[in-house]
Amino acid sequence: MDYVLSLILIIITAIFVNNVVLAQFLGICPFLGVSKKVDTASGMGMAVTAVLVVATIVTYLIQVYVLNAFGLEYLQTIAFILVIAALVQMIEIILKKTMPALYQALGVFLPLITTNCCILGVAILVIQKDYDLLEGIIYALSTGLGFLLAMVLFAGLREQLDLVNVPKSFEGVPIAFVTASLLAMAFMGFSGVDGGLKILFGL
Amino acid sequence: MNNFKVLVNGIIKENPTFVLLLGMCPTLGTTSSALNGMSMGLATMCVLIVSNFLIALIKKLIPDAVRIPAYIVVIASLVTVLQMLIKAYAPEIDKSLGLFIPLIVVNCIILGRAESFAAKNGPIASIFDGIGIGLGFTLGLTALGAVRELLGTGAIFGVNLWGEEYGMLMFVLAPGAFLALGYLIVLFNKYVKKA
Amino acid sequence: MLVVLTVIAIIAAGVLASVNAVTAPQIEKINAENLAAGIKAVMGSDEIQVSDPWEKDAFVVYDINDKAGAKLGKAVVTSENGFSGAIKVLVGFNTEGDILGYTVLEHAETPGLGAKANEWFQDKIVGMNPGKSNFTVSKDGGDVDAITASTITSRAFLKAIQNAYNQIMAETDATSGATQQTTASDIETPEVIE
Repeated sequence: MDYVLSLILIIITAIFVNNVVLAQFLGICPFLGVSKKVDTASGMGMAVTAVLVVATIVTYLIQVYVLNAFGLEYLQTIAFILVIAALVQMIEIILKKTMPALYQALGVFLPLITTNCCILGVAILVIQKDYDLLEGIIYALSTGLGFLLAMVLFAGLREQLDLVNVPKSFEGVPIAFVTASLLAMAFMGFSGVDGGLKILFGL
Repeated sequence: MNNFKVLVNGIIKENPTFVLLLGMCPTLGTTSSALNGMSMGLATMCVLIVSNFLIALIKKLIPDAVRIPAYIVVIASLVTVLQMLIKAYAPEIDKSLGLFIPLIVVNCIILGRAESFAAKNGPIASIFDGIGIGLGFTLGLTALGAVRELLGTGAIFGVNLWGEEYGMLMFVLAPGAFLALGYLIVLFNKYVKKA
Repeated sequence: MLVVLTVIAIIAAGVLASVNAVTAPQIEKINAENLAAGIKAVMGSDEIQVSDPWEKDAFVVYDINDKAGAKLGKAVVTSENGFSGAIKVLVGFNTEGDILGYTVLEHAETPGLGAKANEWFQDKIVGMNPGKSNFTVSKDGGDVDAITASTITSRAFLKAIQNAYNQIMAETDATSGATQQTTASDIETPEVIE
């Protein structure tokens, strides 16, 4: 029972309290680059979530059965990034062959994901936080959902921004940053919620 | 002279922080103080200079099809070497930059410069490009860190100017990072880029 | 082309292995030095011998003797959940259980607020005895001023030290006869309130 509660805590913390974009600053490039329209933003969010989960499973297994087993922990960064790059390529090929409709929707985002630092970041964090495989998967999934949430909210705000007059120097990126700041401020309202839940759950 | 141009280009015309908007994750994540921003900038610069140089040296040996994975291996090894050196000889920096050191690997600046400059130019010019872009990145991060530290805690590089009780804490926290960077880009566009 | 990639990967792994061979002992040395310096700082003395640590539950306890071998007290690593994540504190006690010093080893508290714990409590709790005083924040009727606007961090910090104190005192009681048994009940009764 405690284990289930701790999983719930991981989900809430990763989506709201420690949102990957707005609190941890991971995955900012796609957050700024592909957030002009809600549908592309949600496509990117879903692609990232899918890759995050698969990448976390593979990197976890590599860490435990290869790196730790042979005392090669110092090869972590290089092994993880190669695995992630290869994985993204593979997912792209498999999607193209088996699910063309999904490939149409997500395909364009896939090559960009290799250099999305939230994938490598989460893979390393899962190891650093000493999660087991299930916790790692749940953490990766909810981090992806947190990313999706931030993307969709932000894209919704930016669609509205197109309709208003913005001072000339602020047009484009600067006003996007100011908007992101307000969104991050809103998410700060969640800070401390994880601590409260921890007490509530008796963990 | 030509090399000098390459250098200045990286600092102003192609400033990675304010113009190219590359490497935004460490830019926002590590600039809670001027010193942190500067350490991150310098760490990235080291990797960038060496990776530009190495890739310019070995580019002829690498077949086109495996170019990107080969670059990634080179960059990831450099980052890991840097990470181990920092852990061993500057543990304080390791503590404050944490996760963002291994993430230098996925900093788009480094792979970007490898693709767009080092793969087309000689090793010496590539070093200068690395220094220029690296300096531009370091200056951007230091400036952002200084603004956030000053507004957030009333200090710059830890030197207190008007007392911590007048600090607006928000600037040290996440929203302040976005806000300060947004306004710095506005100022950069208005005054520096035009000139 | 696979050959080229393999050669590059092998060279890279070789370079990393050799750098690792150089830096790994240095990293270990630095960690050990930091711990030793931390223990000296929280015990307030350089003339100490540190025993091998023993672990009980979440605590790591170092028995500290002076150079002649006489007991000085204990240094304890203890942690408690703060506002965001665990706060890990190294705290030194003398044989009576008075706090000689402390240092925050790890935390993820808000910069500028809870993160001030490492400096804030230095002139407040050093010299106090968690068994003899009301070791909670003044908001809860205790003797310690909390960090401004960071009550949760302060509560967690004090609780971590209180737990460490209870742990080592229980240990002392078990080994050297129950001399300080009353301390636990003292905590509950506040000092004179006017």
